[in-house]
Amino acid sequence: MKKLLIGNQAVACGLHDGGLGVVSSYPGTPSTEITEFLSTYDDIHSEWAPNEKVACEVAFGASLAGARSACAMKHVGLNVAADPLFTLSYTGVNGGMVICVADDPAMHSSQNEQDSRHYAIASKVPMLEPADSQEAYTFAKSAFELSEKYDTPVLLRMCTRIAHSQSIVELTEKQDAVLKNYEKNPAKYIMMPGNAIKRHPFVEERTAKLTELAEDCMYNTVEYNSDEIGIITSGCSYLYVKEVMGDKASILKIGMPNPLPVQLIKDFASKVKKLYVIEELDPIIENHVKSLGIDVIGKEKFSILGEFSQQTIAKAFDMDDKCGVTADSAIPMRPPMMCAGCPHRGMFYTLSKNKITVHGDIGCYTLGAVAPLNALDSTLCMGASISGLHGYNCARGEETEKKSVAVIGDSTFMHSGMTGLVNVAYNATNSTVIILDNSITGMTGHQQNPTTGYNIKGDPAAKVDLEALCKALGINRVRVVDPYDLKACETAVKEELAVEEPSVIISRRPCVLLKSVKLQPSLNVDADKCKSCKRCMGLGCPAISMKDGKAKIDNTLCVGCGVCKQLCAFDAIV
Amino acid sequence: METKSIMIVGVGGQGSLLASKLLGRLLMDEGYDVKVSEVHGMSQRGGSVVTYVRFGDKVYSPIITEGEADIIISFEKLEAARYAKFLKKDGLIVVNTQQIDPMPVIIGAATYPEEVLTELTDKGLNIEAMDALSLAVQAGSPKAVNIVLMGRAAKQFDIPYERWIKAIENTVAERFVEMNKKAFDLGYNY
Repeated sequence: MKKLLIGNQAVACGLHDGGLGVVSSYPGTPSTEITEFLSTYDDIHSEWAPNEKVACEVAFGASLAGARSACAMKHVGLNVAADPLFTLSYTGVNGGMVICVADDPAMHSSQNEQDSRHYAIASKVPMLEPADSQEAYTFAKSAFELSEKYDTPVLLRMCTRIAHSQSIVELTEKQDAVLKNYEKNPAKYIMMPGNAIKRHPFVEERTAKLTELAEDCMYNTVEYNSDEIGIITSGCSYLYVKEVMGDKASILKIGMPNPLPVQLIKDFASKVKKLYVIEELDPIIENHVKSLGIDVIGKEKFSILGEFSQQTIAKAFDMDDKCGVTADSAIPMRPPMMCAGCPHRGMFYTLSKNKITVHGDIGCYTLGAVAPLNALDSTLCMGASISGLHGYNCARGEETEKKSVAVIGDSTFMHSGMTGLVNVAYNATNSTVIILDNSITGMTGHQQNPTTGYNIKGDPAAKVDLEALCKALGINRVRVVDPYDLKACETAVKEELAVEEPSVIISRRPCVLLKSVKLQPSLNVDADKCKSCKRCMGLGCPAISMKDGKAKIDNTLCVGCGVCKQLCAFDAIV
Repeated sequence: METKSIMIVGVGGQGSLLASKLLGRLLMDEGYDVKVSEVHGMSQRGGSVVTYVRFGDKVYSPIITEGEADIIISFEKLEAARYAKFLKKDGLIVVNTQQIDPMPVIIGAATYPEEVLTELTDKGLNIEAMDALSLAVQAGSPKAVNIVLMGRAAKQFDIPYERWIKAIENTVAERFVEMNKKAFDLGYNY
């Protein structure tokens, strides 16, 4: 059967048709859809875990039990799951296990541009890298057999362009999910020093065997077209190379970036006069080729930064003959922004107005950083707002405790904010933490989490009581505020900053894009009353603009949240 | 046949994903190799959104670069100008004349280039501008801008009218089929 699938859906189909039993993941662009699509199957267990480390460990437990298992995450998620990954390499698996990781070259929706292939090398785990949806399906499906045959977890590397591009996939027969026997095996599964030291040689032998496999397998393929130019490439770079070079170059396509073949590369290199490595991000293949003593052109011609395209390849080979027409007028940027009616806006307005130093976190609310709110001072990684605030206050004491807060979303708090909050209470700074509880994981497109009361399938589930949780973690002052109420926000922030103990403000209102949220009629500006003071413009609401000197509300965008109305001193917003 | 490249551009939330889904599936059913590339995540929050659709005998790259697009379908005026450089010589831009101010314009840090389509036409670009929003409202919903524009662009493809209608029936939820067919016709017969 032929289907037009995005890469992530193809991975989901491949895992499912490969006999998957259990999947556990934390959402993260561009990996989220893998697990979303898997959750539509009723014959497997699927779940959103609180973070990637938990997800990876759940997949380990399922594998131990004999099921084929998987987890999926974005590249920075693998940092969180790195701890189980490195020792999973030693234990190996019972049921096959696949860890899907999606890189984001050009940072369409990420805070860095790290290259996951380093993790495969460092943890000594094989990695597969598809170049389109068909390969995403085939590689994912085959990964379980690879995992079981070589007794190893398998990393499946996606990137944004493969994950979010649709191409045609021919689906093959589904394999039945089989639950293998579980037998107690302390030497293999209890990684204390005496056991682990015996597993390390196994890992090295396995890498040697996998290198042999890499010499001749379906993942690495050669197209001999030319004895002048040879190109070693992988993933979406392969597509750009084919688009431009067609049959004008010989191509070694690497579908298994770890471990890399040796003889295959030597043979390929010996058959061409000039050898190139074309790979996005870091020079992983290039350094390997150079380590074999082979002369190759790589990063000096193809950047270590960002994404490639067919134009990158055409320019490098002096084949770029296309150019377009540009307007002379300046084209203003259109950055993403908080939606009209976003519940985060009221709180950010309050923080910005009171010139509070704000330690930010990862989610929609990172958009509080952009003009005109300019509310954030830092954003590092999931959970860093709270621990960062604590460290900031440790360094500067009372001077900053009265003027700084951390902001973190409900899902991010579950992911890795709790431990930071424990630290605030335990090591006693008078830090003020604001949990922006919009009752959903927003930025990745509305996934449930442990605070929402629903599981991945939308069925009712245990719901974390944030107030009780914060108290249990050692915070005595916990209060809830409605971010649509600007006065209440200001009172809460001022009072909690003033007190001589740590406190948590839960800024609670569901995301305005949730279907369950009832929208209010659009507000309007009475132009006769508007004095053009532009105070409402300070909110950075996309629905409000100045037209002919007066504020104007776009009725197709406004959801009637009423925050701007509270700011107008002339009752012009009705 | 040589690979054809279509760009669908607009502002996050305008419905470009539905348009590319419809077009992608239709082209596959017509027997072409197809690639559709979208970017999810940040771009959904009111940012500039671009989707690439490519079809032919064999399509490699899922993306479109400068000077390559045969057709650019733009849901908004400024976005048409932003991506105009991707248009091939002799290519066509179908654009909705709706103006959505981006945040730098809203806060007064930048100016919206109101006459940018005229400017680009003067530079020799082939631009078909239309008020697709009014037609969408006439069809029953402002959200149908995407389908009105698809209707307008449809004649550029070697695909009979009936197949487009069938594709709409296969893509949109049943209760919206009639409204979307009407929107398509208003664009098609414009």
